[in-house]
Amino acid sequence: MKKIRIIDATLRDGMHAVSHQFSPDDMAAIAAALDSAGVDTIEIGHGDGQGGSTYQYGFAKASDEDYLQAVSSVLTKTKLDILILPGIGTEPDIELGAKYGAKVVRVATHVTEADIGAQHIAFTKSLGMEAVGFLMMAHMAPVEKVVEQAKLFESYGADMIYVTDSAGAMLPWEVAEKISAVKAAISLPVGFHGHNNLGLAIGNTIAAVQAGASSVDGCLCGLGAASGNAQTEVLAAVFDRMHIETGIDLYKIMDAAEDEVRPRMHQPQAITKLGLTIGWAGVYGSFLLHAVRAGQKFGVDPRDILVELGRLKTVGGQEDLIIDVASRLAAEKEQRQEKACAVEQ
Amino acid sequence: MRKVKAAILGPGNIGTDLMLKIIKKAKNIEVALLAGIIDGGRGLDLARKMGIATSIDGVEAILADDSIKIVFEATGAKAHLANAPRYHKAGKIAIDLTPAAVGPYLVPAVNMDTNLEGDNFNMVTCGGQATIPMVAAVNRVTPVEYAEIVATISSKSAGPGTRANIDEFTLTTAKAVVKVGGAKKGRAIILLNPAEPPIMMRNTVYCRVQHPEKLEEIRESVARMADHVRSYVPGFRVRLEPIAEGNKITLMVEVEGEGAFLPKYAGNLDIITAAALATGEKVAERLLATCS
Repeated sequence: MKKIRIIDATLRDGMHAVSHQFSPDDMAAIAAALDSAGVDTIEIGHGDGQGGSTYQYGFAKASDEDYLQAVSSVLTKTKLDILILPGIGTEPDIELGAKYGAKVVRVATHVTEADIGAQHIAFTKSLGMEAVGFLMMAHMAPVEKVVEQAKLFESYGADMIYVTDSAGAMLPWEVAEKISAVKAAISLPVGFHGHNNLGLAIGNTIAAVQAGASSVDGCLCGLGAASGNAQTEVLAAVFDRMHIETGIDLYKIMDAAEDEVRPRMHQPQAITKLGLTIGWAGVYGSFLLHAVRAGQKFGVDPRDILVELGRLKTVGGQEDLIIDVASRLAAEKEQRQEKACAVEQ
Repeated sequence: MRKVKAAILGPGNIGTDLMLKIIKKAKNIEVALLAGIIDGGRGLDLARKMGIATSIDGVEAILADDSIKIVFEATGAKAHLANAPRYHKAGKIAIDLTPAAVGPYLVPAVNMDTNLEGDNFNMVTCGGQATIPMVAAVNRVTPVEYAEIVATISSKSAGPGTRANIDEFTLTTAKAVVKVGGAKKGRAIILLNPAEPPIMMRNTVYCRVQHPEKLEEIRESVARMADHVRSYVPGFRVRLEPIAEGNKITLMVEVEGEGAFLPKYAGNLDIITAAALATGEKVAERLLATCS
């Protein structure tokens, strides 16, 4: 029977959906349920990875160390994974993860910038952990570029390469094309991380698996930045129907979602007009809540902010630009209104 | 007028840009030597065309010339760690553009006048040069409990040295935000954006302050500090005036390069060579005063 590894990111990507406010106790309860359901690996931490708790990305309820301590104390079989975005997280953050028994480090760079992650891949390997090269915003680069960058990560010593649709902007055949090209070019397992802004998270994940991906991401209740990720419990059911082994107990994973995550959610995980705008405009998913706040502060439609951010080809992490764009759109709006008033007078 | 002889080690983007700036602007220093370890390349070619002495013997060529009093290190942190004690022994003053941080951090607009003792000065990072003056400007109005800076640069302007050790940028800048900027705690983030045409260097500064109600004073202080930075970095601009939300102050600055050797978008490289030149000029002024 074909096997697929599922990496559940409820406690990392899912943190975006709760503005990084899960407590260490929340994390421990959810992690214990994921462990008991047989999930292979879980990723935890601030939504923007280790060291992400900042003004730029929002402060988390607790420190990285508090989360690591809480989760590592409840895991029995499931592997613990942390995310590092070079430029935000650093080697000391990886060391801290290792201290709490993290077995996997995903090094996430923009799809054209793998080389800023070389040092973190090497450092992860030097500590004896599994290193994953995680290429974000994969929709922004042509197939050849994705392949080139995947090969770079392979050359730095990565154990697996992820193609990541951070904006939830990819269509199933685009996912299949990029996954199969990367798979053909390297000799490592390939993974896929999808978002649901166009309603395609599950469909894209299936397309990735059919194209050769052997590891995929999910979040319980579909939690995650913008319109969320592929729903882990749905993936478990779908893969079972496809006769693919995930090691997950279906009832237990459903219970984990329903009993542990749903009561802790701040709002239903839906494809709202803003989530849809993110997928359509191809903008980094975690911009959503920041755009809502900036829209309120400056009196502009958050959709206009998101579309402008797409036009400016922003990449993951550029949350500060949202204020800049919002203030500029507000100034332009004011100018238009003044002109209109002048004409009326 | 007498000038102090300086050498530049590292004929890459930074070293070459610095050479042109010194030739064009310096009053107290002259480039006596541009040294590298590999022949060819635009920097050495350009120096020869301009009649500047060059060498491919690297640090040895500099150490062999007693008339050279100031060395600008535009290599990498490892190289400077090895070279620094040798400069010291040879009685040369080092202005270090790598993140090695052998000597104290120096940000001309903030601590140059009080910090010129010693013979090794570190230029922090490009992001540090752009943002630390702003942290200091806020801190002189109301104590900054925590400062966080985000530098976004175009992918094209991030060289292989920066890319290979991006942690050096974040960790060094964060330390200098505290030591020079005056914040009690500091954080730094760097982001690379590959958009074409390349984006200009842009920096966001967040400060948690004790007295956010002093916003008008903060704005005035930031504007004054920006004028000071502009005196040695002409392309430095405040893009978003300080705004307050609760006890958080947010402001943004951008740096347009002069476009001498490097393209205008590479403001991040421009600001660090401009800071090194300003420091070199001051050091040379002191040398000329004591020698005359």
